[in-house]
Amino acid sequence: MNSLRKKLDKLKPQFSKGGRFEKLQSVFEGFESFMFVPDKVTFKGSHIRDPIDMKRTMTVVIIALVPALLFGCFNTGLQHFRSVGIDANLLQAFGFGFLRILPLIIVSYVVGLGIEFISAQMRGHEINEGYLVTGLLIPLIMPVDVPLWMLALAVAFSVILGKEVFGGSGMNIFNPALLARAFLFFSYPRWMTGDTVWTEGLTAGKNVIDGFSGATPLSLSAAGNASDLPSFMEMFIGTIPGSVGETSAIAILIGAAILIITGVGSWKVMLSVLAGGLGMGLLFNAISANSYMELPFYYHFVMGGFAFGAVFMATDPVSGAQTEKGKWIYGFLIGVLSILLRVVNPAYPEGVMLAILLMNLFAPLIDYFVVQSNIKKRLKRANVVLNTSEQ
Amino acid sequence: MSRTIKLKRGFDIRLEGTAQRQIAGAVDPGLFGVKPIDFPGLTPKLDIHPGDEVQAGIPLFHDKIHPEINFTSPVSGKVISVERGDRRKILEVVVEKNGNRSVEFGKSDPEMLTAVQIKEHLLRSGLWPSIRQRPYQIVANPSDEPKSIFISGFDTAPLAPDYNFIIENSPVSFFYTGIRTLTKLTGGKVNLVLNGNSTKNQILKSTPGIEISYFSGPHPAGNVGIHIHHLDALNKGEIVWIINLQDVISIGCLFEEGIYKPERIIALTGSEVIHPQYYKILSGGSVTPLVTGNVKPGNLRYISGNVLTGTKIDADGYLGFYDSQITVIPEGNYHEFFGWATPGVNKFSFSRTFLSSLAPKRTYRLDTNLHGGERAFVVTGQYEKVVPMDIFPMQLFKAILAEDIDMMENLGIYEVAEEDFALCEFICPSKTEIQSVIRKGLDLMRKEMS
Repeated sequence: MNSLRKKLDKLKPQFSKGGRFEKLQSVFEGFESFMFVPDKVTFKGSHIRDPIDMKRTMTVVIIALVPALLFGCFNTGLQHFRSVGIDANLLQAFGFGFLRILPLIIVSYVVGLGIEFISAQMRGHEINEGYLVTGLLIPLIMPVDVPLWMLALAVAFSVILGKEVFGGSGMNIFNPALLARAFLFFSYPRWMTGDTVWTEGLTAGKNVIDGFSGATPLSLSAAGNASDLPSFMEMFIGTIPGSVGETSAIAILIGAAILIITGVGSWKVMLSVLAGGLGMGLLFNAISANSYMELPFYYHFVMGGFAFGAVFMATDPVSGAQTEKGKWIYGFLIGVLSILLRVVNPAYPEGVMLAILLMNLFAPLIDYFVVQSNIKKRLKRANVVLNTSEQ
Repeated sequence: MSRTIKLKRGFDIRLEGTAQRQIAGAVDPGLFGVKPIDFPGLTPKLDIHPGDEVQAGIPLFHDKIHPEINFTSPVSGKVISVERGDRRKILEVVVEKNGNRSVEFGKSDPEMLTAVQIKEHLLRSGLWPSIRQRPYQIVANPSDEPKSIFISGFDTAPLAPDYNFIIENSPVSFFYTGIRTLTKLTGGKVNLVLNGNSTKNQILKSTPGIEISYFSGPHPAGNVGIHIHHLDALNKGEIVWIINLQDVISIGCLFEEGIYKPERIIALTGSEVIHPQYYKILSGGSVTPLVTGNVKPGNLRYISGNVLTGTKIDADGYLGFYDSQITVIPEGNYHEFFGWATPGVNKFSFSRTFLSSLAPKRTYRLDTNLHGGERAFVVTGQYEKVVPMDIFPMQLFKAILAEDIDMMENLGIYEVAEEDFALCEFICPSKTEIQSVIRKGLDLMRKEMS
């Protein structure tokens, strides 16, 4: 450790202003502060500081994503071997999926962090840790068969136009990961919807056994084939076709527990998304105009990206509502809209993504009203004093 | 009828080095420093030159805008230096103690004096600056009449001195006289807020002529800003005065004895102090005799005040005008290998992302390391948990950063001071300098309104 520290101290002048590699200053600082917490001390204000920083916060989210990622690897393999009719054991399935998902993660990080490094250097900022989470979220909400160049394009789009043009991490209006998915959804719909993209190799159609459709529960429901749905338990565990990380409600619940126990993710948002979805599901059950509406309300929680969106996307503090009262409203409306879009609009089988993006747009408005009510209360108090003193 | 208010939001920082409830033998600091930087917004004008002989109560400097506000020497002796910083800003005026001569201000019964006479007494003696006003948390304007006066009877800051212990070892008659003096300065109430958590102190509880309330809960339950917010919230154009409990005693002393003697009992605290205990010392006293041979070796941070809001001083620095506490903690200027990734058994955090949160009673030895780099605001909903007021902290910070005067006013800037947001600064994962931001907002607002 000490020798590493010495080497870094020796290298540092070359990466500082006027040094040979001054253009790489942000990158150097990024790696240095990754390995060593800086020796900076407070000089005014609070003399002691909480040991938590952005790296720690983001790391917790990444840890919370790990169960979904591991299950995603296993399920990718499982779906593949099912499609070709091979009985594979757990390890084989996991290994196969891991090798398929790893390139997605690498491309996402390399492209995204590359852009982050460049823009940090251009602004003269330190590198923000926000992309460490976004970079893992993006592969988890993609179909496994998405071409790598397409993924790279989506990442570049969301980081540049979704985040950097607004001023970087903390300033973005939309959730960058969902923006990447929405970009592909509208630009390359053939690769983002349908029955074949969710299982590795199915698009190319190699060696598929008869009777394997690869359709997700959502598209089955939208097509009115609710009778073909996998069992609730199967969907809860997650051995169904779908985006890489979204299928297993159990894995996502473990992640939710980590976020809630550490306090990093807002339980208010998660709970209110659930409440909104529950309300809308019950309403549709009551109407029961078609087979999708008749689907038991609790099925919605384990289908598609509902659970993943509620736990990992809606809770993004930057693009969501920032006031505590606002979080209740924001989450509830996400839940309502997700189920509404899912059931009523057959063109968009996955409503969660659009519901969250739409609510990202409305979050500042919700906050505005919450803050205004506080302002009005204060003005009212002042006026009461004014009136009594005039009498 | 006394009110009791229970606060839920807030946070107690558990540090090592609480002062033992005993007062050390006599200490004679020898050197005394009066620091204009203790008074935000003050432009000082010097009244003395180095080499001048002064008595206790002789003005060292005064306020340029309100020349009647004097800042006087706490002891008799010789002015040995005027320390200056950048752009010749006066940092401290140092007096070497010699003898016990004091200016005679004359004994008098405050009940017999008018408010104007009392103010004149306080202004001449140098006790006036102990009265501060909200909004802005600056020295009060003598021409105002506040709607009420607030005194906090307890301090919930980390390692804070116990005011019950202090009052038991102070001249009670001075305190009561000081209170009687203050009641003449406002048409409204003089509020004394006591700790609802601890045993009720008989001396404080039976203070005559005063409105007593009880607050309980974690820090900042003892902050006077929180008390004002809940008991008599400030609206635009209103003024509330605040004063520290020990300064009330000094005011009593002025009227009973006729001299300026800002004596106070302070707590020497912190993990690096070998014998943390209480000391009797005059305001502005050098901390040298307190810490010599009484601190552990190493690179240390000396703070006048507590770790959240105090001022960094040198090892031979001086006690600040408003402070009743000296804290000594280790400096944190080291690189920590993968520090952000450690399990964190020894790291004390408001968040629950470190293992230390499994030990809710332990006390910690914390240093001055920033633990990370400055970032944009990302996490939300944290500040609200440590600000027990009906105020949106993050929205207020952003309004100040944007210099949006209307919004600052709407969001309640008149009700706050930097100390009320010190915990936000401690817990902030983006390492924002929140107290500086608030002070900047208060200064902006003051300029706008004048």
